[in-house]
Amino acid sequence: MATLETAPSTGASLRGARLPRYAPALAGALSIIAAVLVGMLLSWSIAGIVVLAVLIDLIGLTTWSRLVENARAAKNRLVTSLIWTSLGIAFVPLASLLYEAVSKGGSQINGRFLSWTMRNVVNEPGGIYHAIIGTLLITFAATIISVPIGLLTAVYLVEYSAGSRTASWIRFLVDVMTGIPSIVAGLFAYALFSLILGPGTQFGLGGSVALSLLMMPILVRSSEEMLKLVPSDLREASYALGVPKWKTIIRVVIPTAMAGIITGITLAIARVIGETAPLLIICGATPSLNYSLFHGQMASLPVFIYYSYTQPGQNPEILQNMAWGAALVLILIVMILNILARLAGRFFAPKSGH
Amino acid sequence: MSTLTTKTGSPKRRLGDLVFANLTRAAGLTILVVLAGVAIFLTVQGAPALGAKSVDLKGHANFLGYVAPLVFGTLLAAAIALAIALPLSLGVALAVSHFAPRRLAAPIGYVIDLLAAVPSVVYGLWGISFLGPQLGTVYQWLGDHLGWIPLFAGTPLNDGRTILTAGMVLAIMVLPIITAITREIFIQTPRLNQEAALALGATRWEMVRLAVLPYGRSGIVSAAMLGLGRALGETMAVAMVLSVGSGGVVSFKLLTASNPSTIAANIALTFSDATSVQRNVLIASGLVLFVITFAVNFGARAIVARYDTGSK
Amino acid sequence: MAKSIDVSDLNIYYSDFLAVEGVNMTIKARSVTALIGPSGCGKSTFLRTLNRMHEVIPGARVEGKVAVDGQSLYDASIDPVEVRRMIGMVFQRPNPFPTMSIYENVLAGLRLNNKKLSKSDADAVVERSLQAANLWNEVKDRLNKPGMGLSGGQQQRLCIARAIAVEPQVLLMDEPCSALDPISTSAVEDLIHELKEQYTIVIVTHNMQQAARVSEDTAFFNLAATGKPGRLVEMNPTKKIFSVPDEEATEAYISGRFG
Repeated sequence: MATLETAPSTGASLRGARLPRYAPALAGALSIIAAVLVGMLLSWSIAGIVVLAVLIDLIGLTTWSRLVENARAAKNRLVTSLIWTSLGIAFVPLASLLYEAVSKGGSQINGRFLSWTMRNVVNEPGGIYHAIIGTLLITFAATIISVPIGLLTAVYLVEYSAGSRTASWIRFLVDVMTGIPSIVAGLFAYALFSLILGPGTQFGLGGSVALSLLMMPILVRSSEEMLKLVPSDLREASYALGVPKWKTIIRVVIPTAMAGIITGITLAIARVIGETAPLLIICGATPSLNYSLFHGQMASLPVFIYYSYTQPGQNPEILQNMAWGAALVLILIVMILNILARLAGRFFAPKSGH
Repeated sequence: MSTLTTKTGSPKRRLGDLVFANLTRAAGLTILVVLAGVAIFLTVQGAPALGAKSVDLKGHANFLGYVAPLVFGTLLAAAIALAIALPLSLGVALAVSHFAPRRLAAPIGYVIDLLAAVPSVVYGLWGISFLGPQLGTVYQWLGDHLGWIPLFAGTPLNDGRTILTAGMVLAIMVLPIITAITREIFIQTPRLNQEAALALGATRWEMVRLAVLPYGRSGIVSAAMLGLGRALGETMAVAMVLSVGSGGVVSFKLLTASNPSTIAANIALTFSDATSVQRNVLIASGLVLFVITFAVNFGARAIVARYDTGSK
Repeated sequence: MAKSIDVSDLNIYYSDFLAVEGVNMTIKARSVTALIGPSGCGKSTFLRTLNRMHEVIPGARVEGKVAVDGQSLYDASIDPVEVRRMIGMVFQRPNPFPTMSIYENVLAGLRLNNKKLSKSDADAVVERSLQAANLWNEVKDRLNKPGMGLSGGQQQRLCIARAIAVEPQVLLMDEPCSALDPISTSAVEDLIHELKEQYTIVIVTHNMQQAARVSEDTAFFNLAATGKPGRLVEMNPTKKIFSVPDEEATEAYISGRFG
């Protein structure tokens, strides 16, 4: 058993210098001032000034730390600043996008916008009523198709085949299915119905089929997670009362998991309601109102936005502004759905009776 | 205690169980059938593309020549997106898990969820009307001052609708996915390993480098692949933002007007005016895209499956 | 030269909750001091304030003074990172870095400080530390294998090697043997006997026989009552604590009447 040959060093003193606690804030303030001055001198845009301020701050604080503290502390400060910067960079697009949507689209929204269609509308602003109805109908039908299949698959995975190889494979493939590009789903629906109903058929239900393809994997996974959370004690209590398995699932397990399942459904709807590509291919577009999912092209909000902006015709301003208005409506619908999903969770949870 | 007269295995009960069990099994199989169906129908409807003449193939001699530039464009846009999104996502995830005060974690999470909730067509709108023109001036500057770098060669496009811009929009759309997954992983780093690093006298960043990032390696890879899969298949943002150069360009120049298109954007832009045979061609290109994204997603999930059992 | 630690009027808080109050003690250089007491009395919490690991928990803070050779650890101008380089820690459960080999684990702390460590220097440090931790003979032929491939006792000795590779002044050990089997425990205790010639060691232990075996001085912590903060009840040479302690509570604890 050897002993250490060299005694521990006679103690580096702890007292190295440190930057004051307010150092990052001070550096930030100075950078902003410096950047504003330079920017005004060279008449740069606000974006340019912001970028300059960030750069000055990064380099300045790191160098300051390197001089006063040591290299490792400087590196730590640099990385910390970079991480906060990346946070800022991630927020800028969202802020900018929402600003554009609200400023350009907010002024569009009025009673006429929401209740008129584009039928016989030329060179004047119309409405998006037909697009809203189309979106609601197509998404509703998609939900009707995908919820039973998704939920029952989840039931199969959790209640009937848990742990088996079939279950692992289904689960694996469902996960892979979440990655299907939406346009491929649209092409599939188009190919399917071209074969069945004749080439080039475009109608609302085709879009529902495509969207349900996108919803199903999401529903299966989220419902599966919710069903797994139901404690096995509950099932066993039901069996012990002589209730058959299928009734137990329908009357006990699913209602207990209902809150989470509804949240999952709402989130899946929010996810697909903004999908454009498949609807572009199989639902087409029309200026008129169409209540039938089975015949004829059907307008939808995303496709409306797309065509209005990219093919605005003779007075581009009118349609392009309408596109922003429709975009704002779409964003609001998605946000409301997200909020509803959270509320549904709370509302449908089994009452605790306190 | 009363005696129970049970009708063990009464026919009615067994029927209910049988029906329900098979119903659920059928649902499970439906998923598999649908997945297979996608491949089958796309192949059936896409097969005629192999025999298409060059008039339907934008002047290319055969389908391979037609689809190769599109595959290039798809990969290029996705690569740009991932190159931008991955460091940003890791930064945001680390911010939430290790650098920001606890109180900020939930609000930041909401904002990231908001990013994910915006539909792609709205991103496309924003890309054309705002980001493109803003970047146009930057591209002008880059082209003037740094034009000797091959990536920046050529005449910069002043409305900024290049593949670089499209890649940036894709990066924003992919960021929430990678952030969400890696954030979860970073939070689950064992405390013990983090404390071991700190007790050795590591700064916060050094602790992250020693304990958090190595632990999350496989998770980061699979998150990146999932993001890649999303970027490969994204249609509308690219279709709207990109100003497509003529005839299937293969070029690495990021600032000019001659941009390669992606498979998805090409389908979206040309489908409605396409003839029947041209539609077959587009469907065939969709099949190619399906295979690529399937492979990427398959790989990502396989990595998760392999390392999930091992890492704990 | 290993250093002594002076603690005066130390109060330890988790946010507003006072966990340990009014600790006054002197830990002698180059000796082993044991901290004993019933569960939840604050001995681990106190230990973690000595290398400023306590404040890693959000909201945790201290009042009072902890000084090493007269230098206060909690001054505003002191970087906790520097404190932790000077005062090393071994944890209750072994925690070698899972993605690193044995060789890399030992060097982990050193690599943080020295950008350039030549291969021969690095090899020398690894051998020296593993020798000091009584692990060299067992692993010298498989230094490149993963650190997690060792047994529990070996992993803990690896963590000790890692801690002493950076040549700290003080070594803190938080129940280092509680996750180990008796043979590994005795190996670690032998190791502590050797290490105390070079280092100041503070060890928290639940095992009174262990405290009696390894330490020169013992400090007994206790709770005044449930819900009250923990306090240092008595600190004395180990022989005295385990035969004729000053305090009644100490006597009651070591004779097993509570704990």
